[in-house]
Amino acid sequence: MINPKIPDGPLDKKWEWYIAKARLINPANRRKYKAIVVGTGLAGSAISASLAELGFQCEVFTYHESPRRAHSVAAQGGINAAKGYKNDGDSVWRMFYDTLKGGDFRSREANVFRMAECSMALIDQAVAQGVPFAREYGGYLSNRSFGGVQVSRTFYARGQTGQQLLQGAYQALMRQVALKQVQLNTSHEMMDLILENGKAKGIIARNLETGELSIHHADTVILATGGYGKIYYLSTLAMNCNGSAIWRAHRKGAYFAAPSWTQFHPTSLPQLGNHQSKLTLMSESLRNDGRIWVPQKAHDTRAPHEIPEDERDYYLERKYPSYGNLAPRDISSRAAKEQIDAGKGVGPMKNAVYLDFQTSIQRDGKETIQKRYGNLFDMYEKITGVNAYTSPMLISPSAHFSMGGLWVDYELQSSIPGLFVLGEANFADHGANRLGANSLLQACVDGYFIAPHTIMNYLAGEQPKQQVPNDFGQEELKLTEERIGRLMKIQGNKTAEQFHRELGGILTNKCGLAREKSVMKEGLQAIKDLQQEFYKYLKIPGSTKQLNMELEKAARVEDYLELAQLIFHDALQREESCGAHFRVEHQTPGGEAKRDDLNFQFVSAWEYAEGNFKLHKEDLHFEFIQPQERTYA
Amino acid sequence: MNLTLKIWRQKNNSDKGGFKEYKVSDISKDMSFLEMLDVLNEQLTEKGEDPVHFDHDCREGICGMCSLYINGNPHGPLQTTTCQLHMRSFNDGETITIEPWRAKAFPVMKDLVVDRSAFDRIIQAGGYVSVNTGGVPDANEIPIPKTIADLAMDAAQCIGCGACVAACKNASAMLFTSAKVSQLALLPQGQVERKRRAEKMVAQMDEEGFGACTNTGACEAQCPKGISITNIARMNREYFSAVVSNTELV
Ligand SMILES: Cc1cc2nc3c(=O)[nH]c(=O)nc-3n(C[C@H](O)[C@H](O)[C@H](O)COP(=O)(O)OP(=O)(O)OC[C@H]3O[C@@H](n4cnc5c(N)ncnc54)[C@H](O)[C@@H]3O)c2cc1C
Ligand code: SF4
Ligand code: FES
Repeated sequence: MINPKIPDGPLDKKWEWYIAKARLINPANRRKYKAIVVGTGLAGSAISASLAELGFQCEVFTYHESPRRAHSVAAQGGINAAKGYKNDGDSVWRMFYDTLKGGDFRSREANVFRMAECSMALIDQAVAQGVPFAREYGGYLSNRSFGGVQVSRTFYARGQTGQQLLQGAYQALMRQVALKQVQLNTSHEMMDLILENGKAKGIIARNLETGELSIHHADTVILATGGYGKIYYLSTLAMNCNGSAIWRAHRKGAYFAAPSWTQFHPTSLPQLGNHQSKLTLMSESLRNDGRIWVPQKAHDTRAPHEIPEDERDYYLERKYPSYGNLAPRDISSRAAKEQIDAGKGVGPMKNAVYLDFQTSIQRDGKETIQKRYGNLFDMYEKITGVNAYTSPMLISPSAHFSMGGLWVDYELQSSIPGLFVLGEANFADHGANRLGANSLLQACVDGYFIAPHTIMNYLAGEQPKQQVPNDFGQEELKLTEERIGRLMKIQGNKTAEQFHRELGGILTNKCGLAREKSVMKEGLQAIKDLQQEFYKYLKIPGSTKQLNMELEKAARVEDYLELAQLIFHDALQREESCGAHFRVEHQTPGGEAKRDDLNFQFVSAWEYAEGNFKLHKEDLHFEFIQPQERTYA
Repeated sequence: MNLTLKIWRQKNNSDKGGFKEYKVSDISKDMSFLEMLDVLNEQLTEKGEDPVHFDHDCREGICGMCSLYINGNPHGPLQTTTCQLHMRSFNDGETITIEPWRAKAFPVMKDLVVDRSAFDRIIQAGGYVSVNTGGVPDANEIPIPKTIADLAMDAAQCIGCGACVAACKNASAMLFTSAKVSQLALLPQGQVERKRRAEKMVAQMDEEGFGACTNTGACEAQCPKGISITNIARMNREYFSAVVSNTELV
């Protein structure tokens, strides 16, 4: 049994009391401590800037050429906060409840409450940084509604909320770089974690421009390396997103929680061809005004406008009348898959459903719709060549967000002391399904408001290291060099990209939106076979001493091939359905996910044991809200 | 479609570099430009040749990584990012010339990859509000007229791709720099440091070796995010009032 170290006290006092009791370091002594931060997305930039402002030294790493390129930049829709500006009954408690329920009661109450509690200060912080959130004519902030809730608590900046928030965090970070509180290493990839007496004390980094490997030492290591949904190959993530940093930490002893819980976003563009490299997301906010439907008749070849109203199935409105088109993501994605599997898919590859704006255009006028979503409609037309004001959009579910990640306790510390994990890289607040607009929030809150306190509390118990031993990290350096040498030497005839594509295909088909024991067993075997082929037939041209993107890719795919096996183990072990994890064997008569609270009300935290994985359980206790059947009907 | 690609190859920063021709076939019109290059790279890699290095990441027009100079235009024939450009914008049998951004302040690292860290240093010089985490007022305490918020948002859309520099015959970074100066000068939160910000960012821009602005508007015409040159005018006003007055602007 593992201990999440949840503080005592009533739910709404836990965090306040934690801060009140946390150990501090006096300002003059803080500069003696150094933190390594890997990642410059919202979580990484926020924690680096915040620690540096407190007076700690920070050394920051990103494989991107600039911190501003982190994939947080791509978030479109918005960020949630329980500001209650709308007088629509929102509160911290309601947000807490929505998030816990949205996650199908597979997250920790205390963490979820804290995220909701800190959400308000985050909006204040962003506005103070100059983030240009949307405003009403009176000059006050505007809100919209997102899936899985009945209030409007989402703040947004056109279709670029992530970019604007990241700009704010990036600018705060660059200010600290200018003040020399932060040493920034761009185009540097973390290759391994270094432990000293069981504590995280450093990393091995590779300079992607020169290929040089280097050893870095600090008093604590913070991973904010984002999500690994790109393991499915076709996903809404950026091409370079990967799971390597957390996987390397996992191999060093950090538990990996709920690796198989990946969210499929219901409104991405469908795959159109075999060379496709990614699936573009259309913001979920479109579901505020778009209606989702398929033809009632399977294999209907008529164009959408030729299908009369009474021959259309608005299946979300039919199945979930109170949430309708705003049903949560896991449910909407699965419902789409059901329709597609039943032969009702539309579009050239019959792999999509319609998202139709006719009703809203008739109700509100084209101009209003254009004001709300103009840039998204433009983007849609650029990619597909189709005008969505006149014909419905084609949308389809796509791998999007990893709820799973390194297990962390209430302090966001992993099972390795001194290793903190923030943002999408951890498993914490979203349970088995994340609500839209909650993850920008989680990444920000982790970085600005939570980790600065918990990390200071940890460092206060550590002696700052003045003298780094000569042999520090030498072993890891040698192992990394050997690993790269091994990959380079294979010299087969298949590119890393080809392996990745196959890996993604296997995962999507055998461990995607619906999961079945026998199918997953085949999948696991297929991954093992693919892994053997990888070590026989991989081809990396070029040399290790220069920019070599094929080598970068190959190392990431190597880790993905291992992580994929853990994903199958995790999905096989959990004999229940919850949130995004839908086991075909465990469903209600109505086809909804059927949880098994008696046997599975725990978080699976896996320990790496040389090719085997050992399960540890963190039991979830619900003091304030009793788990109920998650219904949106 | 079948295409001939004339691509700039350069081993590293000190190599002289030059064009090399490649052929690709069976390219579909629905492929993105970068997916077309993926096809070429897969062929090259299988043959054991070094693939063409180019920057890219999000492939949805927002991270600002992709940066190709295609047939004499940054990001190609449309006003969009390279990753959002599709092969339906080209014709069968065409020869397409692909080069890196060319500017002294953006040295070529390899093939089509350039170093744009000069942009980071411009931001570092003052492109922020000096606010620490915590202790800020409620977000609705200062109402901001929608028109002002919208103008700030227009400027804030810049993705830092550098196409404006590549489009400019003087390799000026005025559009990029002015977008950030404008965003923060428009908002009440940016007022206190208005003067210092404009001065320092402009000084850094000059130090990085970007050229002067001669108002040709080439940058605006190529900017994938539609950043307007009115931002440059606004920055000039900010800069001159900063230089002539010693007091903070209000
Ligand atoms: C298309 C899209 C749209 C989204 N829309 C929304 C939305 O509307 N609302 C919402 O709340 N959420 C949204 N999300 C989710 C949300 O954007 C992410 O969960 C969140 O931004 C993650 O932030 P992060 O800081 O954890 O990681 P990221 O922003 O992904 O940053 C990861 C950082 O780690 C670095 N890194 C990783 N590995 C290494 C390594 N080995 N060495 C060095 N550096 C490394 C990278 O360079 C990068 O700087 C969306 C996600 C996607 C993909
Ligand atoms: S101003 Fe436009 S062209 Fe220049 S960097 Fe910004 S987005 Fe790119
Ligand atoms: S790859 Fe991100 S903008 Fe083109």
